[in-house]
Amino acid sequence: MLVLLFILIPLLAGLGLFFTNGSGMAKTISLIASLLVLGVVWYAMYLPDTNELVQYSRVWLGSLGSNFDLKMDGVGKITTLLTAVSFPLVFLATWRNDYKDANQYYALMMLTQAGLMGVFLATDAMLFYFFWELALIPTYFLCSKWGGDKRIAVSFKFFIYTFLGSLLMLIGIIYVYFKTPDQSFAWSSFIQADLTPTEQAWFFWFFFIAFAIKMPIFPLHTWQPDLYQQAPTGTTMILSGVMVKMGLFAIIRWLLPIFPDMSAQMATPIIILCLVGMVYASLIAIKQDDIKRLIAYSSIAHIGLMCAALFVNNASGYDGAVIQLFNHGVNIIGLWIVVDVIERQTGISKMSELGGLAQQAPVMAVLLVITALANIALPLTNAFVGEFLMFNGLFTYNPWLALLAGTGIIFAAVYTLGMIQKVFFGAKNELIKVTDVKFAEIAALAIIVVFIVWIGLYPAPFFKLGAGELAEMVTAKLPG
Amino acid sequence: MPIEYYTFLCCIIFGIGVIGVLTRRNAIIIFMCIELMLNAVNLLLVSFSKMHYAKAVAAGSADVLTAASEGQLFVFFIMVVAAVEVSVGLAIIVMMYRNTHNVDINFLNRLKN
Amino acid sequence: MTQYAWLIPALPLAGFLINGLLSGRLSKMMSGIIGSGTVLASFVLSVMVFFQMNGQTEVVTLFDFIKAGNINIPFSIQFDPLSSLFLLIITGVGFLIHVYSTSYMHEESDFHFARYFSYLNLFVFSMLLLVMGGNYVIMFIGWEGVGLCSYLLIGYWFKNTEYNKAANKAFIMNRIGDLGVLLAVFWMLQKFGTVTFAGDAGVLAQAAKLAVNDPALVGITLLLFIGATGKSAQIPLFTWLPDAMAGPTPVSALIHAATMVTAGIYMIARSNIMYTLAETTSGVIAIIGLATAIVAATIALKQNDIKKVLAYSTVSQLGFMFLALGVGSYVGAVFHVMTHAFFKALLFLGAGSVIHGTHHEQDMRTYGGLRKMMPVTHITMLVGCLAIAGIPGFSGFFSKDEILMGAFARNPIYYYLGLGAALMTAFYMFRLYAMTFMGSYRGDEHHHPHESPAAMTIPLIVLAILAFAGGFIGIPELFVHNGHKLATFLAPVFEKSTQINAIAHPHNISHTQEWILMGVSTVLIIVMIFFAIKKFGGYTRTDAEETGLGKVLANKWYVDELYDTIIVKPVMWIGNVFATTIEKSGIDKGVNGVGKSVQYLSRQFRLIQSGNIGNYIMMMVVAIVGFIWIVYYLKM
Repeated sequence: MLVLLFILIPLLAGLGLFFTNGSGMAKTISLIASLLVLGVVWYAMYLPDTNELVQYSRVWLGSLGSNFDLKMDGVGKITTLLTAVSFPLVFLATWRNDYKDANQYYALMMLTQAGLMGVFLATDAMLFYFFWELALIPTYFLCSKWGGDKRIAVSFKFFIYTFLGSLLMLIGIIYVYFKTPDQSFAWSSFIQADLTPTEQAWFFWFFFIAFAIKMPIFPLHTWQPDLYQQAPTGTTMILSGVMVKMGLFAIIRWLLPIFPDMSAQMATPIIILCLVGMVYASLIAIKQDDIKRLIAYSSIAHIGLMCAALFVNNASGYDGAVIQLFNHGVNIIGLWIVVDVIERQTGISKMSELGGLAQQAPVMAVLLVITALANIALPLTNAFVGEFLMFNGLFTYNPWLALLAGTGIIFAAVYTLGMIQKVFFGAKNELIKVTDVKFAEIAALAIIVVFIVWIGLYPAPFFKLGAGELAEMVTAKLPG
Repeated sequence: MPIEYYTFLCCIIFGIGVIGVLTRRNAIIIFMCIELMLNAVNLLLVSFSKMHYAKAVAAGSADVLTAASEGQLFVFFIMVVAAVEVSVGLAIIVMMYRNTHNVDINFLNRLKN
Repeated sequence: MTQYAWLIPALPLAGFLINGLLSGRLSKMMSGIIGSGTVLASFVLSVMVFFQMNGQTEVVTLFDFIKAGNINIPFSIQFDPLSSLFLLIITGVGFLIHVYSTSYMHEESDFHFARYFSYLNLFVFSMLLLVMGGNYVIMFIGWEGVGLCSYLLIGYWFKNTEYNKAANKAFIMNRIGDLGVLLAVFWMLQKFGTVTFAGDAGVLAQAAKLAVNDPALVGITLLLFIGATGKSAQIPLFTWLPDAMAGPTPVSALIHAATMVTAGIYMIARSNIMYTLAETTSGVIAIIGLATAIVAATIALKQNDIKKVLAYSTVSQLGFMFLALGVGSYVGAVFHVMTHAFFKALLFLGAGSVIHGTHHEQDMRTYGGLRKMMPVTHITMLVGCLAIAGIPGFSGFFSKDEILMGAFARNPIYYYLGLGAALMTAFYMFRLYAMTFMGSYRGDEHHHPHESPAAMTIPLIVLAILAFAGGFIGIPELFVHNGHKLATFLAPVFEKSTQINAIAHPHNISHTQEWILMGVSTVLIIVMIFFAIKKFGGYTRTDAEETGLGKVLANKWYVDELYDTIIVKPVMWIGNVFATTIEKSGIDKGVNGVGKSVQYLSRQFRLIQSGNIGNYIMMMVVAIVGFIWIVYYLKM
């Protein structure tokens, strides 16, 4: 029952917000609603997987064999927690932003949260597809209404890209549905679907492309830098922090269990694709002048590594990727918060036009440096734990691939340090006036720093969250 | 007379109707051509009806009456529908003439764009 | 005692947090006291640990760090003679440098003063973690941590873009090395299933059972050595260290001379058994170390910036240490780490005192005659120069001699080349001494160089005493029987390596030979010193451009330019190609092309909707006829 609240609270809050007025009210309602979700989710984290409260089932499209099945387990806990944590953070950090028609903006944000929660909880393929789209549509409106100059074209590109992927997935879902033993959309039936090797090969790619677009994996990534640059920063935070995790999550939840053999067979090309994409994106990030695009490419690189780690066929890579789902989410939100503060005050996101901000905003500089260091996976930050395990998994799979990926972390240091230097250090730029971060942003960044250090020093509780039936099943199905 | 004579005649009348509809631009003439096509079909129905009746009599079938009347029934239907159509269609043409002082259908391409 | 040992790193961490979080709200006095006090407390604890050390290895597991799947890496700290010695060096020298910094950095504002001390404390914490870590991963945490602090402190004056670039360069070069360490760690996890040092199931015990030159062992040791070349500034990753002199001088003394750069030596000494067995790697290390010692020494001959001379000298001395490691003289390497920490910290702090006294002037050509104006600095620096040159009686003599003897035992060519580097060392150090302190003052007349305050001179004096006397804990067998206390102390750590080396490479230098070698090298070094003083004692400034080899040396063998051409530029070029050609004109254009072609097609289809009723009907008729024909055709 409790899991239903994860979706219902943001859904009702979102729908209700359409009928309110005023920006202050909308901010308050959405912050309270998201904190409420966080409270409920946090409570649910302590419950065992088998507890009645973290499951919900009701007949939905009965004649089709589709149920409204929700369940929070293993990796779902990590992503649910990430969703619950990020929304209050985003609302807090963008508290000082003013949006036109604020109630609609916040309403759409809350609807996005409802969709995301559904994606991470659904154990019914049809329901999963439903929420997958539900999360996509509000973001489309958010970007096309509150975005930058080129918002229409860019959000359209984003929509078409992801929608194309979704359609492939829908075809895949329907096909697999007909091959299930009991004609049902339930996850437990899907993993028993009886598919010939040819069908597996085809539909594996249908699903993979759908998820790869969402993550995104090279070369399906070109919607991302444009969108991150144009979307309102609050939405970008959700897009990059939580939404791209949908793809990775879906690989764990659906792709690996449904196509275990094909996942093992296709591992090498996929890993190579992911890692080539990682190095490719890192090299492009070095040449970017726009901070937003730099972070976007950095995100592509990190996601590439995580996706590769999911296919390495060993527990180390899997565990690393799962914990990194959370780490990458909070870290990148931290980076966006700083970008948002700078852009709100100066209207500039080009690094060549910024510089010397550390003198005007020392607290922001310190907090950014910590987040940036987490971005390059320095030990005792959260990302180190995840990347250590992922690299270990890759090394076990193939040492040369680990070396290839390793060049990515060197490039990560190059572009991240370059960004810090160009934005914060150097001589003071007299043309730019920036005041330091205020309470709301400090609070949001401080929470992120707490997560960074906590997971970096003592990741055991998060490993425990990520473990569970699903993890055991996925890792058990992996040969070797 | 063999049935082929009737069918060929009907095809010719129908073809004239089609060609008329395609080539003429005057709404009234197009209308007349449509009537031509409808009547071609009516004629065909009647002739088939007659043929089936003759066959049924020759075979000594029980439902001679059905075979004789079905096709002709349709003809009446079509005639009624055609009459209704004529009244509505002519009304439209009259309205069109009042608005544009023209009955050229190429004038009516506002659906484009 | 050991149950409280976690306090040793925890105290500087607390200092870092206090100074970092309250930065700006504390007076300089308080920041300085917190910064230095925590390190002093750690030093006291380290002394207690040191004196309780009985050759045993003690491991304290604090909590589980990474425990996932079949990987179990505890957060554990370890004490043995090697780490306790390093603890003493780090906290001892570290404390002196903290005290020195309170005075040296006094011109900074409260906020930046606190920031400086928080960085220094964070560094001490990381360095302590590095040497106390009970496994390779905890060591790696410290390893990257010191790299971070080095980055932060090199770029401490962040308004200067050049300094920031130097900081970035240091971090990135270290990162390249760190990747090697990381890969080695993964290899160890795969090969041994653990990364813990100690214990029967530990990496070292398992490695000891492997055959000589086992491929995995050679691979692991080479990868670890790549890490060491990054951190300890060896060929090919040495160019960051001279640039790192952009940081405040006490930082150069602490991080880029005394402690951090010796992390590579610590790591190899810690893994000595693997290197003893991986003879190929040891050979590579000896050659790289020797090459670095020579190359850096030649560059130091022609530098005019006092800190650059010392920086290249550090690189060169580190090369000596690696030579020692490569020839299996682990005690010699660690011994040299210790004496080098003393005299190089002394020299850097002395240079800092000179820079402070001459109002931030680092060019030696503008010094001269400072011996009268800065007497304490002069005497202590002289001690440092004598120590590094290797004059008998001073600490550097003992450690350098041990290394050279070890090199001679393994291969006489190593000895001759090493001696060449040592002679250059004597020459450039006394060039530095002569240009700075002898002759007459060549600087700006309005600036009157002055002696530094007590907070700076007292650390100098303490370090000078250590630089002189530090060598007496390692008197060679030649002079005093059982005089090498350090070797006895460290024996448990190197036990297995010593046994293997004793069989594989029996020590075959007679006492007569040793006397001759020592005598010859001492005489040559003294000749070099006189030569340097004669040449530079009365130095007058000429701005003549260097020519020939001199120019090549003054430009550091053009290594930076070479790296720029063969690595940096190509990477940037590839990045550019990716960003513009493949990304923009390739993939993105392709994607947009799909959209465009759909739009084009729809435009073409739209033409059919002419709005002409006749056309529509025509199409209808054609379609109907077509359908009829299809049906008819299908029936046939």
